[in-house]
Amino acid sequence: MDWIVQQLWLIPVVPLVAAAVSALLKQRQRRLSAFLAVGSMILALALSCAALVNAVGHSDTSSTARQVVNFFWFQAGDPQAAGTALRLGWVLDPLSAVMLVMVSLVGLLIFIYSLGYMAHDDNFARFFCFLSLFASAMFGLVISNSLLLLFMCWEIVGLTSYLLIGFWYHKPSAAAAAKKAFITTRVGDLALLLGMVWLHSKTGTLLFYDGGHGCLEHSALASLVAQTTSLGMAVSTGIGLLIFCGAIGKSGQVPLHVWLPDAMEGPTPVSALIHAATMVAAGVFLVARVYPLMAAQPGGVASTPGALQVVAWVGAITAIFAASIAVAQTDIKRILAYSTVSQLGFMMLGLGAGGVAVGMFHLITHAFFKALLFLGAGSVIHGCHDEQDIRRMGGLRKLMPVTFATYAVGMLALSGFPLMFSGFWSKEEILHSAHVWNAPGPFYLGVAAALLTALYMTRQVCYVFLGPVRSSGREAVLPGPVNREGERLREPKHPRNPERIRARGDARRPIKELGKHTRAKGHQGGCYEAHESPWVMTIPLLVLSAFSVLLGFLGTPAWPWFQGFLGGERAARNLGKLFEGEVLRLMLLSSAVVFAGLGLGWWLYGRKPVRSADEADVLESLQPEVFALLKRKYFLDEIYEVSVIRFNAWWARICAWLDEWVWDGMVQLLSLVVVGLAWLNRYFDEYVVNSGFDAGCRRLTEGGTLMSRLQCGRVQRYLRLLGVALTVLVLFLIWGCRAS
Amino acid sequence: MTPLTSYLLLSALLFAIGLAGALTRRSAILVLIGIELMLNAANLNFIAFWRYGPNPQALTGMIFVIFSIGVAAAEAAVGLALIISVYRHCRTTNLDKIDSMRG
Repeated sequence: MDWIVQQLWLIPVVPLVAAAVSALLKQRQRRLSAFLAVGSMILALALSCAALVNAVGHSDTSSTARQVVNFFWFQAGDPQAAGTALRLGWVLDPLSAVMLVMVSLVGLLIFIYSLGYMAHDDNFARFFCFLSLFASAMFGLVISNSLLLLFMCWEIVGLTSYLLIGFWYHKPSAAAAAKKAFITTRVGDLALLLGMVWLHSKTGTLLFYDGGHGCLEHSALASLVAQTTSLGMAVSTGIGLLIFCGAIGKSGQVPLHVWLPDAMEGPTPVSALIHAATMVAAGVFLVARVYPLMAAQPGGVASTPGALQVVAWVGAITAIFAASIAVAQTDIKRILAYSTVSQLGFMMLGLGAGGVAVGMFHLITHAFFKALLFLGAGSVIHGCHDEQDIRRMGGLRKLMPVTFATYAVGMLALSGFPLMFSGFWSKEEILHSAHVWNAPGPFYLGVAAALLTALYMTRQVCYVFLGPVRSSGREAVLPGPVNREGERLREPKHPRNPERIRARGDARRPIKELGKHTRAKGHQGGCYEAHESPWVMTIPLLVLSAFSVLLGFLGTPAWPWFQGFLGGERAARNLGKLFEGEVLRLMLLSSAVVFAGLGLGWWLYGRKPVRSADEADVLESLQPEVFALLKRKYFLDEIYEVSVIRFNAWWARICAWLDEWVWDGMVQLLSLVVVGLAWLNRYFDEYVVNSGFDAGCRRLTEGGTLMSRLQCGRVQRYLRLLGVALTVLVLFLIWGCRAS
Repeated sequence: MTPLTSYLLLSALLFAIGLAGALTRRSAILVLIGIELMLNAANLNFIAFWRYGPNPQALTGMIFVIFSIGVAAAEAAVGLALIISVYRHCRTTNLDKIDSMRG
C-alpha cells in the first residue's frame, strides 16, 4: 500500500476533474454530471481507504507514522537566499487519513442523497459541479503539507461555500446570506494570512514537515518559542492566535459565528456537507494541524500555552452560547445550525484542553451524526413540502418512519446518550480533559452546554415527530385541485412571518414537486399528506445512522484505538479502565446531565403535546424576556448592525464623499488643464501651421481654374487658333527671309 | 502670268473657301466638306506642279494624287462614321453644342 503515498494527489484531483468536466456540460445533461460527481467520490473514497490502510500499517511508532512528499513549486528571488524557494507538498499521517475517509464517506452519502433531493432542480449539473469542486478543495486542504497550499484550498472551500449558499441566488435572502458568509469568514482569513506571513518571515518555510526543517518541527519551534513580542508573548503564541482567528471565522466560533445560521439558506445537502460535517470542521482541523505550534512552550514552564488557553475558552463560550440560542429557535435547520456551532465549540474545547485526539474524535463522530441530522431534516422538509417551521410540523413519527428512526439515532448521538451512541464517548472525552484542565470554567460551561444540547434536541424531536399533525389545519382551507399553485396561494396568509417566507427558501423545486406528489397520492380533502422520502434519500440516512452508533466504540476509554492511532501508539484493550474512579465518576455525571436534559425536554414539550402551531412555546410563557433574548440570538446581529455595519457604511459614505470631491476634483482639475492645453495646441496648428499651406493650395487651385478656361471644348475655335498661329508663323518666316 | 501661277491662284482660292467653310460652318458635315475642299486644293497643286515641272513625262504626280484621293475617300468614310457616332451620342451635329471636353 506504499504507492498511495506518492499518488495521494489523485484524491483531490479526481473530483476536480469531475467538476471541470461537468462545468462544461450543458445543464440538461443531468445523468452524466451526477455520474461524474458520484463516480469521482467513489474513486476518492477507495483511494482514501487505501490511504487509511497505509496509515494504520505505519502507525505503530510515531516516527514512521508521518509520510511526506514535497515538491518544488517556483523560485521567488535570489536562489542563494534562504526562504525564497517555494515548496508545496502533501502529507499522509493518521490525522489526514482519518479526515480523508470521513470527508469522502460523508461526501459520497450526501452526493447520493442530493440525487434525490435536487432531482427537480433546473441547475442540477451546476450543483454537482460545485459539490465536486468543494470535495476537491476539501481533500486538498486535508492532505496539504504546506500552510500556503492549505490556505489556497481553504479559500476555494470558502468560495464553494459562497456559491452553494447562494445557489438559489434569485432569492434575496440567499444572496445576502452568501455574501454574509463570505465576508465574515474573510475577517478570520485576513488574520490567518497575517499569521502565515509572520510564520514565513520567522522560519523561512511554510511546509509543516520537511525532514526536520518544517515549521512544525523541533528546530523551528524552538526558535519561535525563544523569541518574544510585545507583552512578553512568545512568537509562536502570537502566530498560533492569528491562525486560530482563521479557524474562528471558518468554524463559526464566537464572535464570527453569525454567518453559519444564515448559511442554511442553501440547499439542505449543502448545509449537511459543508456547513455541518466538513467545511466548518476545517477550522478545527487547522488547529489540530498546527497543534505543535500552539502547544510549543519554552522548556521548564509548566502552565498551559497561551494559545491553547484561548482556544479552550473560546470553544467553551461558543458551546454554551450557541446551545442556549438553539433552545429558542423555530426553524428546523437553524436549530441544527446553532447546534453545529455549539458542537464546534466543544471540538475547540477538546483541542485546547485535551489535545488533537480528543478534538478530532468529536469532529469525526459529529460529522456523521450531524450529517445524519441535516439529511433527516432535509427529508422532513422534502416530505412536508418545504415546511421548515417546527411549529407547523408534528406527528411525523408515523408518516415518515425511516426518517424518524434515523433522526432519533442522530438526536441521541448528538445529545450524548450513554454507552450506545458515538456522541457520548466523544463528548465524554472532551469533558474529561476539560475536567483535569487547569481552569474549572470551561468544564462547567461544557456541562451546561451538554445539558442544553439534550434539551433543545428533545424539544425539536417533540415538535417535529410527536404530537398531532399540525400542518393540516392551515392546508385544509385550500381547495384540492389547485395544489400546483398551492405554495403561492398560501403565501399571503403569513405575511407577518418573515421566517416563514424565508423558509420558502427551498421552494423552487417543491412547487413543481407539489403537483407530482399530490397527483401520485391521489389525496383528498385538500390537505398535504407528509410522505416518506424516496430510497435514494433514506439509504444514506441508514448508513449514516449505523456509523453514528458504531464509530463511538473506536474511542471508548476501554479501547482508545482512535486516540492511540492519532497519537502514534498502540492502544490496549482494558475494560477495567471504564470502572476507574475518575472515569466512572465523569461518565456518571455526563449521563446524569444528558438524562436531565432529555427529561427536562420531555417534561416541557413531550408530556403535553403541542396542539396548534400558534400556541406559545412553553419556555416563552414561563420566561418571556429570556426567551425573546434567546430567540433574537442575544441581539448579536443587531449589535453588529449598529456597530460594525453602521460604522462601515458611515466610513463608506466618507470615502464616497472624498472620492467625489477630493480625488475626483483633482482629476477634474487635471483634465481641465489638459483640455485647455489641447485647445491652445489646436489653434496654433490651425492658424499658424496650416494657414500657409492652405493659402498655397488655394492659389494653385485658382491657377488651375484659370488655365482650364482655355480648354473650351469647341473644335472650330482650336482650328481657328491653329490657323491664326500658322499665319503668324508664316508671316514671321517670310519677314525673316526678307530681313536676311 | 504663266499657266502655273493661275493654277496656283485657283488652288489657293479653293483652299481659302475650304478653310472658311471648315472654320465657320456649324454643321459637322459642312465642316467635313470644307476639309475635303482643302484636300482637293492640295491635289490641284500636285497636278499643276507635276504638269509644269521639270519632268512631265513621268507619272509620279498623277500616281501621288490618285493615292491622295483614295486616302481622302477613306478619311471621309471615317469622318462620316465619327459624325454618325457623335450624333447618336449627342442627338445633334451642331459643333457649338458639342463642347463636353471644356475645361
